Amino acid sequence: MVMSIEKFSFTYAGASAPSLKNINMEIAKNKITSLIGPSGCGKSTLLRSMNRIHDLYPGNKYDGKIKLLNEDSGKMENILDIKKENDFINLRQKVGMIFQKPTPFPMSIFDNIAYGLKIAGIKNKTEIADRVEQALKDGALYKEVHDRLNKSAMGLSGGQQQRLCIARAVAVKPEILLFDEPTSALDPISTAAIEELIVELKKDVSIAIVTHNMQQASRISVYTAFMYLGDLVEFDKTENIFLNPKEKQTEDYITGRFG
Amino acid sequence: MRLLINKIILALSTLSALIGLGFLGWILITLFIKGLGSFHFSLFLNDLIDGGLRNLIIGQFIMAGIAGLVGIPLGMVAGIYLREYGRGRYANTIRNLSDIMMSAPSIVIGAFVYAIIVIPTGGTSGFAGAVSLAIMMLPIVINTTDNMLSLVPKELREAGIALGASKYKVIIDIVIRAAKVGIMTGILLAFARIIGETAPLLFTSETSNYFTMDLTQSFPSLTVSIYDLANEPEESSRDLAWAASFILTVLVLCINLTGRFITRNKNK
Repeated sequence: MVMSIEKFSFTYAGASAPSLKNINMEIAKNKITSLIGPSGCGKSTLLRSMNRIHDLYPGNKYDGKIKLLNEDSGKMENILDIKKENDFINLRQKVGMIFQKPTPFPMSIFDNIAYGLKIAGIKNKTEIADRVEQALKDGALYKEVHDRLNKSAMGLSGGQQQRLCIARAVAVKPEILLFDEPTSALDPISTAAIEELIVELKKDVSIAIVTHNMQQASRISVYTAFMYLGDLVEFDKTENIFLNPKEKQTEDYITGRFG
Repeated sequence: MRLLINKIILALSTLSALIGLGFLGWILITLFIKGLGSFHFSLFLNDLIDGGLRNLIIGQFIMAGIAGLVGIPLGMVAGIYLREYGRGRYANTIRNLSDIMMSAPSIVIGAFVYAIIVIPTGGTSGFAGAVSLAIMMLPIVINTTDNMLSLVPKELREAGIALGASKYKVIIDIVIRAAKVGIMTGILLAFARIIGETAPLLFTSETSNYFTMDLTQSFPSLTVSIYDLANEPEESSRDLAWAASFILTVLVLCINLTGRFITRNKNK
């Protein structure tokens, strides 16, 4: 287990009711955990709490605990206690994020990946070059772009851009990667490539993925959380969720009766 | 019936467009004929005192340039504040004020600078003219920066934050870079706007017949001199005013076209 979410609630700035209520779940080490549920159920909100990207906008309220494993000390540390800028940088380098729409930075392919490394404080040019190359290989993109690393990343196709974003996140060697519907803006072929890549990545990182696509969840994840209206309805092994759900709501959603 | 209305409206809008464009064409043609008639390359070599325009063109650019040096960074920082940091009523008030300032009559800005600089310092100066133009430019740059930054998707900011970058680094390294072309175009258009202004300079810098770099004295201005020359009785002065108008129009046109060219290349 690399992350443990305990009695977690979340309220958006200005909202009267919480968007997430009393969530308890875990992210298992080197496994893929899916978050599924109908639109507005809070799965993205939960995912975005795991690296506190919500803090970009002021006034949101967290309750409960989200504990992240400190690999050095072996202790679980509550990320909701983080207040200092440096600790945030640290947290986000440990817990990376991939978005629904590809988000290449308006710079070269090389610089896109070097960006996170420079923020991490790496100054040695050969080390940066080596790690950029390795990250592109990890992102299954190196073969396609190795001869145009200095070209703008904006010229890549959507699927390539998304793999670049994954490579960019992998480059800083995170412990957890959060995927927020990473394939919903892509065609089936790019989707398959990304899925394959995610499965490949789990040998190095633990993965949480929000998806609307239930086949995707069943194909790639070991654990699945089903959420509905801000509640975590059921959290179990993926096969149990899909083949033998305990809750009626889960069954109704899986079988397509609502959602 | 509906087809008929359709045709009438089409005809009316075509007619209006033609009238508008007709006048524009008329202005340009008159300007070209009168301007080219009195245009000569020696105009670029002599100062106004010797019947040329050299000092006026240089003076106009110096004042606009100083205005840009002040107005562009100030406006950009203000625009960045409004879009990236400003929240709630305070920011909205500033945004509205800036919008109002953008439509403020330029002669009012000239009068304002006259009151706060020209009177206390005892006379018109290039410095006062530059301040006047900077005030003209500021709201345009604020507005452009604000708008162009608003076109940058919020996911791009989040992606930067998610890599561990701090907010100011995300803004400088990623957001501004993504909006760079739009902001640059806006700045060029703002520059084109102030380079052709007369009213803010009329009683702040006035103009001068001589070449000077002394910003504490009345400063040569192409636009103000056009106004002066056009009012003089001699034919030769008015010809010079036409030539100056022609040069000014071509300059503004060039800056505008450059701005549009940059935008078009970006959209490709």
